[in-house]
Amino acid sequence: MAIKRDTVKYVAELARIALSEKELEQFTGQLDRILEYVNKLKALDVAGLEPTSHVLEMKNVYREDEVRPSLPAEEVLKNAPDKQGNLFRVKKIIEAL
Amino acid sequence: MTYETVIGLEVHLQLKTRSKVFCGCSTNFGAAPNTQTCPVCLGFPGSLPVLNREALKLAAKVAIALNCQIAKKIRFDRKNYFYPDLPKAYQISQFGHPLSQHGHLPVLSNGKERHIKIRRVHLEEDTGKLFHEKDHSLVDFNRCGTPLLEIVSEPDIGSPEEAYAYLTLLKSILEYIDVSDCNMEEGSLRCDANISLKKQGAKELGVKTEIKNMNSFKGVKAALEYERDRQVELLESGQRIVQETRLYDAERDVTESMRSKEEAHDYRYFPEPDLVPFDFEKGLLTEIEKEIPELPEPRKKRFVSEYRLSEYDAAVMVSDKAMADYFEDCARLYKNPKIIANWLMGDVSAYLSEKNLTIAGVNLKARHLTGMLEMIDRGAISGKIAKTLLKEMIETGKEPGALVKEKGLEQISDEGEIEKAIDQVISENEKIVGDFKDGKKNAIMALVGKVMAKTKGKANPGKVNQMLSKMLREDK
Amino acid sequence: MKLNTLTAHELIAPLDKGDISYIDICNSIIEAVEQKDKKLNAIAHFDKAAALERAKSSKGIPIFIKDNICVKDELTTCSSKILEGFRPPYNATVIEKLLAEGAVLMGKTNMDEFAFGSSTETSCYGVTRNPWDLERIPGGSSGGSAACVAADEAIFALGSDTGGSIRQPASLCGVVGLKPTYGRVSRYGLIAFASSLDQIGPVTKDVEDAAILLKAISGHDQMDSTSVDEAVPDYPALIKKDIKGLKIGVPKEYFIKGTDKEVKQAVLDAIKKLEELGARCEEMSLPHTEYAVAVYYLVATAEASSNLARFDGVQYGFRSSQAKSVIDMYKKTRQDGFGDEAKRRIILGTFALSSGYYDAYYLRALKVRTLIKQDFDKAFRKYDAIVTPTSPTPAFKIGEKSKDPLTMYLSDIFTISANLAGIPGVSIPCGFTKKKLPIGLQILGKAFDEETILRIAYNYEQATAWHKTKPLI
Repeated sequence: MAIKRDTVKYVAELARIALSEKELEQFTGQLDRILEYVNKLKALDVAGLEPTSHVLEMKNVYREDEVRPSLPAEEVLKNAPDKQGNLFRVKKIIEAL
Repeated sequence: MTYETVIGLEVHLQLKTRSKVFCGCSTNFGAAPNTQTCPVCLGFPGSLPVLNREALKLAAKVAIALNCQIAKKIRFDRKNYFYPDLPKAYQISQFGHPLSQHGHLPVLSNGKERHIKIRRVHLEEDTGKLFHEKDHSLVDFNRCGTPLLEIVSEPDIGSPEEAYAYLTLLKSILEYIDVSDCNMEEGSLRCDANISLKKQGAKELGVKTEIKNMNSFKGVKAALEYERDRQVELLESGQRIVQETRLYDAERDVTESMRSKEEAHDYRYFPEPDLVPFDFEKGLLTEIEKEIPELPEPRKKRFVSEYRLSEYDAAVMVSDKAMADYFEDCARLYKNPKIIANWLMGDVSAYLSEKNLTIAGVNLKARHLTGMLEMIDRGAISGKIAKTLLKEMIETGKEPGALVKEKGLEQISDEGEIEKAIDQVISENEKIVGDFKDGKKNAIMALVGKVMAKTKGKANPGKVNQMLSKMLREDK
Repeated sequence: MKLNTLTAHELIAPLDKGDISYIDICNSIIEAVEQKDKKLNAIAHFDKAAALERAKSSKGIPIFIKDNICVKDELTTCSSKILEGFRPPYNATVIEKLLAEGAVLMGKTNMDEFAFGSSTETSCYGVTRNPWDLERIPGGSSGGSAACVAADEAIFALGSDTGGSIRQPASLCGVVGLKPTYGRVSRYGLIAFASSLDQIGPVTKDVEDAAILLKAISGHDQMDSTSVDEAVPDYPALIKKDIKGLKIGVPKEYFIKGTDKEVKQAVLDAIKKLEELGARCEEMSLPHTEYAVAVYYLVATAEASSNLARFDGVQYGFRSSQAKSVIDMYKKTRQDGFGDEAKRRIILGTFALSSGYYDAYYLRALKVRTLIKQDFDKAFRKYDAIVTPTSPTPAFKIGEKSKDPLTMYLSDIFTISANLAGIPGVSIPCGFTKKKLPIGLQILGKAFDEETILRIAYNYEQATAWHKTKPLI
């Protein structure tokens, strides 16, 4: 097994996705197969290799410190599922998330 | 059992840029909710960050001022977690290749200077602001994306007092280099602390707690004192310390457990693919270094040697950069620095704190203050009148000579005029004069006071004393 | 001749002469969509009246946009329930550039949810069908863009390519699809799947149109830190030069067992044709090719897990009404708002980044990515371009691979490397199977050398007639 059901459950929790028992079962099986495949990378010797997180050899891309117009509040909030005045609204946060 | 206290501080500092760290929205404080936001700082789908050059520059300025090493390669990472004030559900921060590491702050602790180690100083983006109502929480994203500097000390602070000294010096330095408003009430400077105890001399650190929600340096000190005592009590009674986050309640002066699920944080940091790496060319670093003025600690030492101020006076003088600059402006114009310091620490500071003003915010030119001190030396005004004159100068912005004339505050040194006043006082106060003649030598002071009052404080007190004793003797 | 069947460059002359109007083109497109799209389901959002209105006030060619590119105030949903009703308050940079050229935005094309797929089966709007065989998939994730262009419902369209999402559907639908060099086209306003791999690119009926559209959308953008400040060549003019003496590599790893025989033969025939045209083709090796899929599905999902975290029901899109607390709202919103493939990839990516697995999976994948990039760096010191099949098979049946994610992932095997290395690639038609399914030839080039691969593509296209064959729908 490349991944256990409990790990999938834990990772889904980290990703804030609820899973039904059926989904958990199905994803565990599928992810296990994918990770088995991915494990072929372990055959390679990667010692001394730099990781490529980015292909571009660019650096120091900046903008100058200039204020640009913001969006009008109605534009900001027009897609909001719930709002109160100019504020986004969610259920009260009662615990550390 | 004796315990050593081990404290680490994490300071968050909003940098004073015009626009946010990754977009062009204004950083002004106090705008109507969600009016200083755009697709980038709202994390709208498809939007991308572009780094504000000034934010990185100010960050480097702090790092240099705190004696940190600036990294050769600087990268940003994503810190992933969910919270309604974090619109992308990740914060652009620094993890693997932070701006700078390994700094220190020379803190004065129990009269001795101690280098408190700074682990890292890195740049990130601030979150939005939450307001909690009865059933709902509301989110304003105006603050989201304000450049935020995280300054993390090593667990190298030995007492709440030392923590207070560290913060005071840190704030003073930050004000010197002019990178932030450093306003704890408005949240431009925030501080979290962690504290643990270990047995005297032990190497291993104890279980630590994290304390949040302090809104002043005094609060940090009080919270740490409470928490230290609480931990001592627990250990003494054979209980264990639980690793947790505790909130400080300033009103009740206690820390309380947040009672959150202690699910270990797994922020899944990885290199932010939307930004490229950064580095500082030597030239730019030199340029930034040049912008850093003499910092409070070296300046204090110089004040002691150059101006012969006491340690204490020098420390007071340098703690506020504007005051120290003002002091030096005066010292160039007037020969006795100690007298300048006395006036600045005394009447000037009293006036400023009473009116809630700063030296930079009032219209008191250095040459006006020193002009006044010279007038005292010349005997043109009395020290007492000078106190009145100082207020007049601050309030009107006028120079001392003109004010003295305008208000008729010149010191009376003319012997004829003083003699007239003395004559009157002697004839009006037969009893006191009698006391003096009966041998109560101190009674002369009361008479001097009467003469000063008669001349509205303008008579030269030395001269009054001298003439009065002479006249009383002759009057036998 | 019906206007909707023409290319942009073919429309220029009659427009200039005044024989036709921009409104005529738009009407012809609307007619084609109304006639065919019930069968194809290539278009996700289409507002006929609004499109016509835009055509009236503009002088430009109509274009369809993949549903993951932000168009101000227009539905932009990545074909996902979690973005239902979302209308961005801003335009993507490519949209601004197109509008500056006068282009008429016709609507949004269907796609795999968040571009997660190779078949356009994971869309919340249902599968798009391949115009060559309605029982088959059009490829993905830009399946809607490829199908609508192939079926003449569009003059051309924009797609996005993270692991082959432009080239593979172009191949399977018999059209031209180009993934530019990473950094060539601004990503600002492209709803991110994997930020270090994503590029927007053209889906067109022929190579000249690809050159025209690429020129229109390319160039430095201050809103995208990864957009490169390089001059944009005049592609439409430059591609017409011949290809005599060009050195072309043919990597042996792309002709492996799983490759369909007819696909392999068509590509070998194409290579012969390129030699006739004066190019020198020779077998070479890209030794780390077999690791590309594994690297990709770690790197891309890791980035995706972070990019898609923002879809949490707070600011826009779908929010579950079932929740009692904020954390519950997050979890239910994301459970109900994302489809299976999205959830699978988010979980896989979260896993690859999580504490204890980061080094073994994510970091190792980045290191192997270095090897893959080095393969290309080395190859391009010797060759001007590399040709391969675009996809190991022609279009497969709807449902054929959707039960088994890994099999689906392996269908991207020939396109993924270009994204990992950041290099440009184009897919052009190079034949048909006996069942009349299109086959695509992929041409890969050096970073920022789109010119050469388009030139090879153009010369090949002018010497063949594959692109002139149209599906009967």
